[in-house]
Order: sequence, then C-alpha cells, then structure tokens
Amino acid sequence: MTGNVRHIRLLVGLGAAVLLLLGSIFSIQILDDRYKQDADRNSTVYETIYPTRGAIFDRNGAVLVGNRVAYDILVSPREVKAFDTLALSAALDVTPEFIWSKLDEYHRKRASIGFQAVTMLRMVPAETYMRFNEVKYKFPGFRGQARSMREYPVNAGGNLLGYVSEVNQQYMERHPGEYRSGDYAGMTGIEAARETDLRGEKGYHIYLRNARNQIEQPFKDGTMDKEAVPGKNITTTIDAQLQQYGQELMAGKVGSVVAIEPSTGEILALVSSPGIDVEQLSDIGRHYNEIVKNPYKPMYNRAVQASYPPGSVFKLVNALIGMEEGVLRPEMRYPCSHGYYYGAGHKLGCHGHRSPIDMDESIMMSCNAYYCYVLKNIVDNRKYDSPADGLDHWNAYVKSFGFGRKLGSDFPAELSGSIPSSRTYNRAYGRGRWNSTTVISLSIGQGEILATPMHLANLCATIANRGHYYIPHIIKASEGVEIDPRFYEPQYTLVDTTHFPKVIRGMWLAVNAPAGAGGTARVAHVDSLDICGKTGTAQNPRGADNSVFICFAPKDKPRIALAAYVENGGFGAAYAAPIASLMAEMYLKGKTSRPELEERMMQANLMDRVKHD
Amino acid sequence: MTERQAHTRQSVDWWLIGTYLVLVVIGWLNIYAATHSSEPGSLISWSSRAGKQFVWILTSLGLAGLILYIIPPRLWESTCIPFYVMVLGLLVLVIFVSSDVKGSHSWFNLGPIRFQPAEISKISTSLLLAYAMSQQNFRITRWKDFWTAALIIGVPMLVIVGESETGSALVYAGFIFVLYREGLSGWWLGTIGLIIMLFVGTLKWSAYWSVMFMTTMLLLCNAYMGPKQRRKGWLLYGSLFVGVIGAFPFVLRFFCERVQAHMDFLSSRVWVPSAHENYHYFWSFLLDVNPLWILLGMGAVALPLLGVKAWNGKDRFLAISLGVWMAGVALIFSTDYIFQHVLQPHQRSRIEVLLGLKEDPAGVGYNVMQSKIAIGSGGFFGKGYLQGTQTTFGFVPEQATDFIFCTVGEEWGFLGCLVVIGLYTFLIARLVLDAESCRGKFTRIYGYCVAACVFMHLFINVGMTIGLVPVIGIPLPLLSYGGSSLWGFTILIFIFLSLYRDEKKYF
Repeated sequence: MTGNVRHIRLLVGLGAAVLLLLGSIFSIQILDDRYKQDADRNSTVYETIYPTRGAIFDRNGAVLVGNRVAYDILVSPREVKAFDTLALSAALDVTPEFIWSKLDEYHRKRASIGFQAVTMLRMVPAETYMRFNEVKYKFPGFRGQARSMREYPVNAGGNLLGYVSEVNQQYMERHPGEYRSGDYAGMTGIEAARETDLRGEKGYHIYLRNARNQIEQPFKDGTMDKEAVPGKNITTTIDAQLQQYGQELMAGKVGSVVAIEPSTGEILALVSSPGIDVEQLSDIGRHYNEIVKNPYKPMYNRAVQASYPPGSVFKLVNALIGMEEGVLRPEMRYPCSHGYYYGAGHKLGCHGHRSPIDMDESIMMSCNAYYCYVLKNIVDNRKYDSPADGLDHWNAYVKSFGFGRKLGSDFPAELSGSIPSSRTYNRAYGRGRWNSTTVISLSIGQGEILATPMHLANLCATIANRGHYYIPHIIKASEGVEIDPRFYEPQYTLVDTTHFPKVIRGMWLAVNAPAGAGGTARVAHVDSLDICGKTGTAQNPRGADNSVFICFAPKDKPRIALAAYVENGGFGAAYAAPIASLMAEMYLKGKTSRPELEERMMQANLMDRVKHD
Repeated sequence: MTERQAHTRQSVDWWLIGTYLVLVVIGWLNIYAATHSSEPGSLISWSSRAGKQFVWILTSLGLAGLILYIIPPRLWESTCIPFYVMVLGLLVLVIFVSSDVKGSHSWFNLGPIRFQPAEISKISTSLLLAYAMSQQNFRITRWKDFWTAALIIGVPMLVIVGESETGSALVYAGFIFVLYREGLSGWWLGTIGLIIMLFVGTLKWSAYWSVMFMTTMLLLCNAYMGPKQRRKGWLLYGSLFVGVIGAFPFVLRFFCERVQAHMDFLSSRVWVPSAHENYHYFWSFLLDVNPLWILLGMGAVALPLLGVKAWNGKDRFLAISLGVWMAGVALIFSTDYIFQHVLQPHQRSRIEVLLGLKEDPAGVGYNVMQSKIAIGSGGFFGKGYLQGTQTTFGFVPEQATDFIFCTVGEEWGFLGCLVVIGLYTFLIARLVLDAESCRGKFTRIYGYCVAACVFMHLFINVGMTIGLVPVIGIPLPLLSYGGSSLWGFTILIFIFLSLYRDEKKYF
C-alpha cells in the first residue's frame, strides 16, 4: 500500500518544515543580537537632560560668561490639530507666514518626521516663552524645551571668549561619540579651549514608548536615569576691566593688544580689533554671515594669528644677542648720519639724532644704523665659518625667546610666525651668494621676520623678568580645573640674565628721559609708574606703517607687560605707545590721569587707512 | 449503556482534544498580553479582546460538544454536497454584500458579529473532497478523477482569490498533500517545488542560476530514476556538466580580469602606450558574453541529440525531462513578466521585501521588521508574561490576530516557540496517524484535509512573522484572536474527532 510509505514521507516533510521554522526562530532569537538592540531602540526613548554649561570668570571673580535660560519650541506635527495661526504667531513673536511655511515643510517631510518632534524655533527668550506657555493648551503638538544660553555681563571680547553653537556634521565626526545632533559646543576662543571642562555631562530620563512615540511610563521607575553633571566653572587670567578698557581704546583701529603678568605668564588682556561683539556672540547663528562678510575679518584673532614684522622693538633682541655673543658692549658707540651705508650706494635710513651714540641711547632713540652694526657683527663673527653659520646661531637665540614657533599657550589656533635661517636665504639667493648686508633689515625687525602680538608681549615679559618667561596662558587653575605644569616652569633664553638690565636701562630712558633728550616714547610716560618701553614703526607694504609698542611697568618687580600693535598707525609713539601706556596705568592704578589722550585714542578711527582684499 | 460510554471515552482521541485546549488557552493568554495595555480590562471582560476571545472559546467548546455528542457523524458525509454548494453560494454572495475590510471583500457584517465564509469553506471543501475521493471507483491517477478533485479544490479557491483573500486561497494548495497521500504522483510535488525554486531563484539571483539549478535537478533525476543501464552515464555527464559549465562563467571572468590586469601592468612598464586609454584586448568581448547564452546555446545543441536518444531508446523518462527543461526555461524567462504584470503591487512588494530585493522598513517591510524585532528580542527564555515591550506597546501591527506569534516569541522566548510549534506538530502528526489508522476512506481523507489545513496555516503564519514567507494575512489556528477562525478550526477538528470516534465505535 502506497499510503504506508507516503504518510511516513509526509510526516518527514512535516518534520523538515517544522525544523526550518524552529531553525529560523533560533537564529533570530539566539544567534542574532541585532534584534535585541533594535527592540531597545524601538521601545525606550532617552530624553536628554542638558547640563548647564560652566561659567567663565575673570581673575578677580567677575563673571565674563554666564547662562540664562532660553527655550526651543518643538512641534510634533502628527499631534497638531487645527489652531489659530495668528494667535500662535503673536504668542511666539513670529509672522504667521513663518508658521505656515514651517507647517508646509513638515507636511512635505511628513514621511521622515513620522511621530517625532521637530524644533520649530530656537532660543526663544524666557519672556516670549512665558507668553506662549500661558496659551499653550490651545496648540496641541507644540511645546517648549529649556536650553541654557550664553550671557555676557561684560564686553570682554568675542575672539577671546569664543562662541558656542550647535555642532555640525564635521564636528561630530571629529569628536566621535561625544556629540549628537542638536548639542552645542564651544567653537572658538576659551569656549573651545576648555570645551571638555565647560560642557559637563549630559544626563537622561528613560521612558518606555509605544509605536506612536507616546510616552507610556518611566523605564524601571526611573532607576536607570542619569542626572546631568553641570559643566565646570572656568577662571581665566583675564582682568575684565583691563580687557574692556583695551577694547574701548582699540575701537576703530585694526590690530591688537596683549597684556601679560610677567611673574606668572598669565594673560591679563587679549584684545583683537575689530572683534566680535558679545551681543552677536550669544546668537552667533543669526550674525554669522554678517561677521564672515565683514572685510576687516572680526573672526580673525589678530593677537595670536596675525603675523607682523615686529619692527624696531626687535632691536632689543639683537642688542641682547650681541652682548651674549661678545660683539657688543653697552658703552660701544656707533655713528649714524641719517642711516647706515653699505655696499655700493645702499643705505638703510634713520631719523635725525645726535651721533655717535651708545647702546642706551640707541634704544632710547631707536637708531637703525646702530643695529645694522650689531647684526653685521653677530652674523660676520670670526668664530663662525660663514655668514650662514652666524645667522643660524642668531636664529637659535631668537627662537629661544619664543619667536618663530608656537609659544604653547592654552589658547586655540595660535600661530608660529617665522624667523629666517640660512636655509631661507640659501633658497632665495643660493648657497654662499648672500652675506650680512643681504639680511641687514633683520637688524631692525624688518624683512623676513614675522611675529604675532603675543610673541611681542612675551618678549616684553621676558625682558621684564630679566631673562625668563612663563608660557602665556589664559586659564587659571581653580577648583576642579587643572592647568598643565608647563605653565609653572620658567623658560630661559640663550642670553645670559646679566645682560637684560642693560637693555632695560635704555627702555626706561625711552619713556622717562627728560623732554628734549630724544626718547621716542615720551608719550607713554606716567609719573611714578616707571614704565619701560620700546617703540617700533614697522613697514607695511599695504599703506601707512604699523605702530608698535612694548612696555612693562613698574621697572622693578614688574606687574604688567604689554604689546600693542596698531595696523597703519604710523609711528610707534602715535597710537601703540599711548594705548599700551594707558592700559598699564589703568591696570596698576585702577584709573587714568590723562583724559585728553584717552579721549583721543578712543575716538581715533584708522579704519579708512586699512586696505583689505 | 455504561459499557458503551466507556467505549466512547476510549474511542475519542483525548490527546487531540487536550492539545486543542492547551493551544486555545495559550492563545487567549497571549491575546491578553498583546492587548492589555491598549485595552484595559480583565481576561474575561467583554470590553477587551481577551474577554471576547474567552466568549469565543466558550462557544467553541459548546460547538465541539455539539459536534462530538449530538450531531450524528453520518450526517457530514450525507450532506456534504448541498453544504459545499451552499458555502460556495455564500462565498460568491459575500463579494457583493460585504463591506471593504482592508481591501478584501470576505466578511459578512451581521450586526455586532462579523463572519468570514472562507473559514467554513475549508470545512465544506474538505468534506466534499473526502466524499468524492472515497468513492469506490475513484482513482486519482485517472485524469477524469484528478480533474474532479482539482475542481472541488479549485473553485472555492478561485472565488476566494476573487474576494482578494489570496492568503486564505493559498491554504487550499495544502490539499495537494492529501492528493499525494491518495496516490497522486510525487512528481507533482516535485514540480511545484521546482517552480517555486525557479521563480525565487530567478528573482533573487539570476536566470543563469535557475537554469543551472533546473538542469542539475533533471540530471540527478535521470541519474537515479532513469533506465538502469544509463544511470552511470548520467552521473558522469551530470557531474561533468555541473562542474565545468557551472564554474565556467566564474573561471572566465577570473581569467579575463587576471590576464587583463597583468597585461595592463606589462604595458605600463614596457611600452607605456597611453595611460589614459582603457586598453581593450581581443578577448575582452568574452567579458560581455552573458553566460546564460552559453548555457542555452549548449541546451539548443544537446536537446535534439538527447531527443533522438530518448526516441531510439524508448526512454520516456528522458523525453519528459526534456519537456520539463523547455517548460522550465520558458518559465524562467517569463518570471519577470509574471512578477510585474500578474501579481498585484502589494504582493510584488511583499515578495521583494522577503527576498531582500528592496528595503522598505517604513512601508511593507515595517510589519516584518517589527515582528522579527519582537521575536528576536525574546531570547531563549523570553521577557516574561506581560513584560514584552514590543508587542505590548503596539510596535507590531495586528498583534492579536495575524501576528500573535510575536507575543509568544517575545514573552516566552525560544522555549515558548518550541512548545507552541511542538504542540502544533503533535496535533498535525496525531491527525495524520489517526487518519491513517482509519479503515473508512472518508474519515481518513478528511483527517488528512484537516492536517493539511492546520499545517498550511501554521507554516505560512509563523513563516511570515519570522520573514521566511511573504506577508500573507492568515491567522494562526486556535491562537489568533477572532471568532470566525476559532469556530472554523474547532468545527474542522471536531468533525474529524466525531468521525474518528464513530469509526472506532464498532471495532
């Protein structure tokens, strides 16, 4: 009978089919973990608790950056019922057209939005939100979510503080796993430098939700929830009053001022002008285009990113190197008749002053010729095989002052400037086809030397300390915030510390020599402050010379070292010296005694002189 | 009297009834699990679906008692023709009077109660099929009788397709197992299997794959079932064919690419002709040749030769094989047409999702994806009763009806699936063995029909929830929520029990 065989076959077939089912079930239940993860993602919803971002204080405890609450307005389009558009637009302070266009957009994207909530408005101020909240019941589907927003009680400068904005795709890729879309992060300045301290840790509530994205209940009664950890407060080395005063003085001028406390390397002020106003900073998204399109590039932090020829202030470095190398003694006198003559009919000009002069006077009166002799003697030193060898030794000395490299401050996006070496000229002229006269403009800080205002301030601090500096930094160690130990270590130059008091004498004279003696920085003189300074007038290929000045005060136990750099400002004494001097006075005395000078500096507008691309 | 009752108790298959009861209770509990969050209410309150199911269960038990103890078993055999005609009438009628439920016209709306004649049609078809095939002179191998059986199955099937209930209609395909048991040639099953393989293979892989598969199968059949003296030859040629021709396109491609890469390398080193020109070699055209054409070309050469051979050797098996081969090639080439023009769009997309040709997690793929997530997240032991997150919170659609198996998978885990599927397997196997032990053909054939229906529902439904079968909306027997389905299967099974008891009573 066929049946006997066939019913066995059919039962075997049944067994095979059942094994196929069980095998598939086994594979998706036991072998494949993917579905378990999907299930969690499906049914639990993590509601992020955003931590408050840490505040930023100045060195005296004044708040530079605080927080205030703002609200995002979220919409769940699926839950929206017919409502009065005009009433909502009035409550939210937007036009009805805006709401219509948004709703149209959500309708178009309804497939991808599904049951999710989308952000319709960002950073609505608290007052507007309160108004909306009172009538919220009329608009099902709309709700607010609290976010903290940056607030700036002191105008301490946008470039210094930096801004916070929503992270974009590239940012998330650069910091894998740390941010999610909708998070905010510090993008520039201190906000970026101390992002990890400031941001805190996000927390979350876990809820179980159903397929319609409606919250059903807290997951495990909230026991798995995580509290947000608020960001740490950051104390900066900035003096808010000095910073603000510096910004006021630099208004209408392009350039920057850096002030450092020499005994610690702490940056007291870091002004870059023109800068970003803090008003724009808190809502950078709305102002971003306007800022980027500004021809004066306010985003560009000139204090650490602009490389300028240092001009005559660099003579101090050459003097120090000359003394260390033994080719210069302070009492050596060189002649100057309106300049230094070299080669066949070449001349490096100088202004009119008495001649010959010694080193003190050369600093005081900023003689060009004097330093041509000094540099020639350094480079053509007999103990070296060639000018190239001599120049490379000079290069090593200069670099030991921090020039030509990044200083290593904690401020982001610092640039290194550049200091030429024999390779620079070998490439330009060929090996052995140049000599000290070729590079003679290095003597007065022109030519191939480029330095940032931060470098100049650091030079000033080094001289003020009589031979060493601390790496400039902007964050103070405070509770819970460590700073790198390198900021506590003195950095010595290759020049012996005994040589420094000799140049300080000249710097003191430049500011404090009696009228008529020829001091270039008389304008910076303040009674009883003992300011020591050096002017510079750097050639600018684009128009008028740049006005440069470095100074520190008081002469003994200096408390502040400044570098001011004003593009197209003319002589060093014209703008840089008064501004730096006023700032030093403000810092040391808490007030200034020269209202006319202050007024003139604040009102001066050199923007027309500045040529931009 | 007492003696007769004892006899009755023994002759009723209590194992089947026990399995039936366990499955029904499992269904009830899982319907509650699937709906308790959206429809608060206890297991027995009328307001929730679990409560309603409780009522369906009670009435089903009443029905079962009615069938087992009151309705005379002989009645089924004697009334099966008018019953069949009446149900067929209802099936046609429902198309015109029913309201549209998700695109199908298969429900009668009688006030609060809705009812689907397709559920009863399984019973009437099974009864009539059993009746027709149990006639003394019935031989399924005779064409006339074959067509009789085919018509009994096919007519309600077609009407149900007309109701847009393709899924329910597919269940009727299960009756082929009954026909097989009653003597239908096994080649029919083989042919259906081959057609499915060719269809799926062509869609998922390629026509080349399908032709290779079919040719291999036919070669194997000839090697094992053709005339004895030729078997060795078939085995030799067969393995040669599969080994050489099967690997041919891959070898060809590998060879061409390797040689070309090598020549490119040489030319770049020696002649440096033009780095920018894409260099073509004389064999490059080989890469453009579709291996399918080579295969078909060989077929065109081999077919007449083999045909002559079959004619001369009176090898009927070979002749039929050749016919099947040609028909298969025709099917393979019309697969795309059938797929694009015969199937309806929703069926097409369900198949595409199943075969992984299309990803559509938000649309057609949503059900399957969510269902797999729910079952997959259950793990070995499950999340525990009422602890499931996927089924409880409504991620799985139709979770109390067609996707009830998800709740089992999520809350009871692999262990629960094993138990439930094991119970079904026991039920089906028990039906088959009981049927087999009957002397009357009617009872036996009817028993097989019941087993086939339960099996088709089980395989399609569970297969659908785990992505093994396209989404076809048919209930899981006894477990899914719904009165029609529960009543239908209760009647189907208890008629068999009644017939079976009747059979045993006299022996």
